Amino acid sequence: MPEMLHYAFMQRALAAGLVIGIAVPLVGVTVVLKRLSMIGDALGHASLAGVAAGLIAGLNPVAGAVAACVTSAFCIEGIRRAMPARADLAVAVIMAAGIGLAGVLSGFVPNSATFSSFLFGSIVTVGDAELAVVVGVGAAVILFCALLARELFWVALDERAARLAGVRTGLVNAAFVLVCALTISIASRTVGSLIVSSMMTVPVAAALAVARSWRQSVVVACAVGAVSSLAGLTLSFYAGLRPGGAIVLVEVGILLLLLLVRGIMRRLAHPAREDAAAR
Amino acid sequence: MEHRETVIEATGVAYAHGREAILEGASLTVRAGELAVVTGENGAGKSTLLRLILGELRPKSGQVRIFGADPVRFRDWGRVGYVPQRTDVPYERFPASVREVVEANLYARRPSLPRFRARSRTAPAVDRALTAVDLAGFERRMIGELSGGQFQRVLLARALVCEPGLLVLDEPTSGLDARAARSFEELLADLRRARPELAVLLVTHDLERLAGLDATLHRLEAGRLVPAVPGPAHAHATARDLKETHA
Repeated sequence: MPEMLHYAFMQRALAAGLVIGIAVPLVGVTVVLKRLSMIGDALGHASLAGVAAGLIAGLNPVAGAVAACVTSAFCIEGIRRAMPARADLAVAVIMAAGIGLAGVLSGFVPNSATFSSFLFGSIVTVGDAELAVVVGVGAAVILFCALLARELFWVALDERAARLAGVRTGLVNAAFVLVCALTISIASRTVGSLIVSSMMTVPVAAALAVARSWRQSVVVACAVGAVSSLAGLTLSFYAGLRPGGAIVLVEVGILLLLLLVRGIMRRLAHPAREDAAAR
Repeated sequence: MEHRETVIEATGVAYAHGREAILEGASLTVRAGELAVVTGENGAGKSTLLRLILGELRPKSGQVRIFGADPVRFRDWGRVGYVPQRTDVPYERFPASVREVVEANLYARRPSLPRFRARSRTAPAVDRALTAVDLAGFERRMIGELSGGQFQRVLLARALVCEPGLLVLDEPTSGLDARAARSFEELLADLRRARPELAVLLVTHDLERLAGLDATLHRLEAGRLVPAVPGPAHAHATARDLKETHA
């Protein structure tokens, strides 16, 4: 058995990392294809404001993060529905509000070390109770995305046609926003508010480089997320790196590798066309 | 005269954005087996009329009926096949196969289909729809690899897979080259021959591209629908007649 598995904290970290590594990119596929890639950043910052508010009020900071994330997510969805052509603006407005609020509230937090742990996460300090929450929420997110896969596909591709095909788009969007907020809340605690957005988008970018269908995109994104989490945690254990940062760097490495492989494959398949494009 | 079901009936429909009147007493009837073309300049209100028929807007006055029901309360959307403007669907960078796009309509309309491992049950309907639009063998192609004309056919196959009674086409030749537009027109004519009971509502600003269609033509002018050629309301005429009239 590898040395790191002898430690209970690493066992818990690997279990939490695996669940988050699958759940976050799973949500990320729909987020990216709905052209809301920055929502992870916006909700990550909103969760920080919630953490600060929770710590100031003497409440559980994770509960504060969940409340802030869910509220912000519904605000984004509300603005997006009111101004469909300005969905990106909705995300930017909520992100600005989250950063501002987190910045102001952080000055009043009694224990700044606890607050800082939410910036880059503390997956190796996850206890049994927190692991149970991560696994429970993660499993619910995975089940939701599996059961509503076809509705999420419709809504991401063509929302108007989805409604006319009988999909209850309002309900699906509202449920997805809630799931998105919950996923980001638990990921913020474990891998960090500043990291969660990368975990949501980089595996999806890697999947889009090689996948030839929606189904393949989902499978590849989750596989990249899961492998990166386990590899990043292993790297962090043996090289003494921050886990959240190591996970994201592994994801970026896999993305670059897949882009390289795709480039080589295309060149082998259509050498003349690639040469012409280069000229 | 053979009685045919009224599929769309709009009577004296008015709609305004704030103080700006868009439609003022527009009326339209589309029966089973009929191809109705609504044309007009940009900003004439074609999209507003379409949104009223599809239940996305409520008229300020007048009434709209689709299969006899108020479109806002209508739930039987399985009877309506909708083909959006190709440019409204970001297909070039969307990771989906042709099969997935067409199949999605079946799942949305048939909740009884199992959510996993149901491909064997959907394959015959998907294959039929793709064959009807001359795309047999394209199932595994990514939609981003298709030409504009081919993707337009995929959207048509998606609308047809549930065998609707009404087909709504929103600017189907927008952005297509002349050859692809001609091909789409021929496909539509073949489809109507194969399914003579199918009602089709086609909204376009570009009649030149659909000059050979055998259709009932309506033109949106000053918020009203007028027959596209001189004569009684709802007179039958072809797009070629209209082209000559306006030449």
